[in-house]
Amino acid sequence: MAERLSRKKIISPEKIFMGMTGFFSLSVLLISVVVVYELISASEPTFHKFGLKFLVSKEWDPVQKVYGALPFIWGTFYTSFIALLIALPVSLGIAIFLSELAPAWLRSSVGFLIELLAAIPSLIFGLWGLFVLSPILQQYIEPPLSNLSWLPFFKGYPLGLGFLNAGLLLAVMIIPTISSISRDVMYAVPSNQREGGLALGMTRWEVVSKVVVPNSRSGILGAVVLGLGRALGETMAVTMVIGNTPQFSLSLLDPGYTISSAIANQFTEAFDKLQISALIELGLILFVISVIINAFAKLLMLRMNRFSGGARI
Amino acid sequence: MKTDFRYMRRKVFGTTMLGLSLLAALAAVSMLFWILGYTFIKGVSAVNFDFFTKLPTPVGVPGGGLANSIVGSIIVVGMAALMAIPVGMATAIYLSEYGRGFFASTVRFVSDVLAGVPAIVAGIVAYALVVTRMHRFSAFSGSVSLALLMLPIIIRSSEEIFRTVPDTLREASFALGVPKWKTILSIVLKTASGGLVTGTILAIARVGGEAAPLLFTSFSNSFWNFNPGQPMATLPVDLFNYSISPYQDWQQKAWAAALVLVGMVLILNISARLYLARKGFKRNG
Repeated sequence: MAERLSRKKIISPEKIFMGMTGFFSLSVLLISVVVVYELISASEPTFHKFGLKFLVSKEWDPVQKVYGALPFIWGTFYTSFIALLIALPVSLGIAIFLSELAPAWLRSSVGFLIELLAAIPSLIFGLWGLFVLSPILQQYIEPPLSNLSWLPFFKGYPLGLGFLNAGLLLAVMIIPTISSISRDVMYAVPSNQREGGLALGMTRWEVVSKVVVPNSRSGILGAVVLGLGRALGETMAVTMVIGNTPQFSLSLLDPGYTISSAIANQFTEAFDKLQISALIELGLILFVISVIINAFAKLLMLRMNRFSGGARI
Repeated sequence: MKTDFRYMRRKVFGTTMLGLSLLAALAAVSMLFWILGYTFIKGVSAVNFDFFTKLPTPVGVPGGGLANSIVGSIIVVGMAALMAIPVGMATAIYLSEYGRGFFASTVRFVSDVLAGVPAIVAGIVAYALVVTRMHRFSAFSGSVSLALLMLPIIIRSSEEIFRTVPDTLREASFALGVPKWKTILSIVLKTASGGLVTGTILAIARVGGEAAPLLFTSFSNSFWNFNPGQPMATLPVDLFNYSISPYQDWQQKAWAAALVLVGMVLILNISARLYLARKGFKRNG
């Protein structure tokens, strides 16, 4: 009895260790609560003044102290959409090549190089977009496109900077994300599925397009969603090439603005408290979008893992 | 004859499509070499000894370097690592060794979602949290924003690595009468050390090139500063400011900075992966 009592009093090192690591885990939750709280409380002044009109107003005029987020939200989604349109087919091609065609040595070395592409800082893409891609677009690509100006997508002047440049850069930046996840998912498709297709007399391409890709579609969707998340939040590269003009335009040739580039450009130059608050509210919008997208991607992946035990991301 | 023609058509179409997939892979790899090669050529002609040893000069005065921002980057990233690594590692240990049930899966979910938060948002949070309370830009606030970015990366990669440690090792240790916490510290951590080092280096490389969260936290500084409570120059922020300036001389410096930054990030990346390969630990990406 005496022994049991004394053992109860001493906290075992096991409990201390578990409690400590558990406390740090709890702190991750606390940190995310702090993040949400800070974003909401700092954007309170604009929310108080403009309310939900902030989301749909097109006007952004620091001189008149009128702020609306629509051109930035539009720019963010439009550039990301262009990027996905370009990046998806290319990434699927890469994934198919790596999982179905390439011999082992090529698979690992090309995979490594594409992962390196993901490691290059966003600024370097921006520099390349500003000094290399933009002159090429301005001289060779955009003038023929602007001849098609009867289409709303090609109105405007060939500036080299704008939605097209930003979309292309973002495409290059999200290709590693989409292709490496899709590759892992396709690679996890059991080989007897492929053999079944071949035994039915399918060509190699038909096996890929009718067996492998359909089998991995929820993983590919997850990869696309994660790529979209990366494109929406990308800052520096886009800031350097988008032209920084808050306008609502469909034309690929027009300069625009995204949420992240507005924050990057205007934050240090804003002396008006309301402008800072408006920029922080833009950040809050971006945060909410990225949380929704990442939670969605995570749920997709969980679902896929439950069904097939496929690749982890 | 007719079926033969059909089969030929399918075969040709298939080969074309597979050829296109080869082309896609080639395109991605050549983009990498194009970007790296261009940065290298532009950077090599602009970088010199002064770049690493001198302070920046005003516009129009030739010479000078970015010694202060190279050191500043190391300080800001180092402080961020000091904040993020202990919390991240402890959380990863909890998740992989004790983590079952609702609390652990919530932490896992939240850290996965945090991993997708854009860098610029981390900057805003650090601004609201630190800068508005200290009433000035500071290196410390920059570190806070980078730590916020690093934390989920470290949790995710470390947890994955702890899970690759075979359970038989843990069981062998339990069978010898070693308590669980000691098993974790002396068996699991030691076995996983190679992967942990790699994951941490990759996380450092990932945030080291980040400029967005530092623009309005650690801000910029043309002079030497070692006080974390004051604004501090960092390589990515200087690179950004110089690249969008209209001055030829500054654009030159931006390319030099780009070369140094890419060099540091790639060296960290490649050495981390080589280290992992030598340790013979496989991490699925």
